Amino acid sequence: MALPALDSPTWQGTAAAFVLGMRSVASTILTLVLFATYIGIGALAHDTHFSLFWALASTMFVWAGPAQIILLSTLGSGATVIQAALAVTVSAIRLFPMVVSVLPMLRAPQTRKRSLILPAHFIAVTLWVECFRLLPLVPRERRVAFVNGLGTGLVSISMTATLIGYQLAANLPPLFGAAILLLTPLAFLLSTARNCRQLSDVVALVLGIALFPVVSLLHTGVDILISGVSAGSIAYGVHWWRRQP
Amino acid sequence: MSDFIGDWYALLVLLLAGFLPNEVWRMLGLWLGGGVDEESELLVWVRAVATAILAGVIAQILVLPPGALASIPPSLRYGAVAVGLMVFIVAKRSILAGVICGELVMLIGKWWLG
Repeated sequence: MALPALDSPTWQGTAAAFVLGMRSVASTILTLVLFATYIGIGALAHDTHFSLFWALASTMFVWAGPAQIILLSTLGSGATVIQAALAVTVSAIRLFPMVVSVLPMLRAPQTRKRSLILPAHFIAVTLWVECFRLLPLVPRERRVAFVNGLGTGLVSISMTATLIGYQLAANLPPLFGAAILLLTPLAFLLSTARNCRQLSDVVALVLGIALFPVVSLLHTGVDILISGVSAGSIAYGVHWWRRQP
Repeated sequence: MSDFIGDWYALLVLLLAGFLPNEVWRMLGLWLGGGVDEESELLVWVRAVATAILAGVIAQILVLPPGALASIPPSLRYGAVAVGLMVFIVAKRSILAGVICGELVMLIGKWWLG
């Protein structure tokens, strides 16, 4: 589905821009990946004994797949709330540069800061990628409404997938339940691999996977943090070293 | 109905360990945005650490699997993901092709092993 031309009268209302944003969820393969991911998250929430309401609320309010998985798998494997919060906080730092980089595209001279709160909440990897692709096609003064529509659409689809995944895990035979749980590592591994832009990203991904099983033998409760910060810092070191003349 | 909502403690944990840690960074981005260089060295490190943490979580789910996934033998779990990754690379970075092939390997493998 193509968006109307920048000077088309369709863009005159904010409601129309919201609807166009919402309909744009149908224009990307990432929606399908998001759907698969959230089916996995719903199933994971079921198998780690959280309630359906909890799972739906986490999709709506946390709205960050990796953070939800970290939260589920750390709490599910017996970590304390503080350990889980620490791991989620560190993993969520990546949202900061995403918001910073999208803001200049969203803002029009007359935009008030508080009208940017909702779009900022919707920022997660999928919306961030789509903003770079779609916002240049949207008139500047309609971008906030457009992103709100896009975000609402993506969150609604993800909540539906969370619900479906949760119900499937509760009702399917174990083999299919296992297949749904496998969606999470598969979809995340591949979508992270696709987002790798620099050598440091690739090193961080490979080393992060390799280091965790080793660190997990220490049973520190913050294994994810230790392996993540070490692997990430080594990856940064590689990046820094290659930059030297 | 109480099954649907679950216990209130878990919801408090969701607020404290799930919602706030994420929202803080988004709102900080909104608050401080403009003052930060997107390509700065600090953000390269931040992205590397965030990627590695996510990688660790992927490994955690495969090595110490939750729920029904634990019924799949380890070699089959690793093999399925390895095949998915190879298909992804061969099929011009198609996430969909990689995910479908990885899933098929696990399903067929488990069916074959009985």
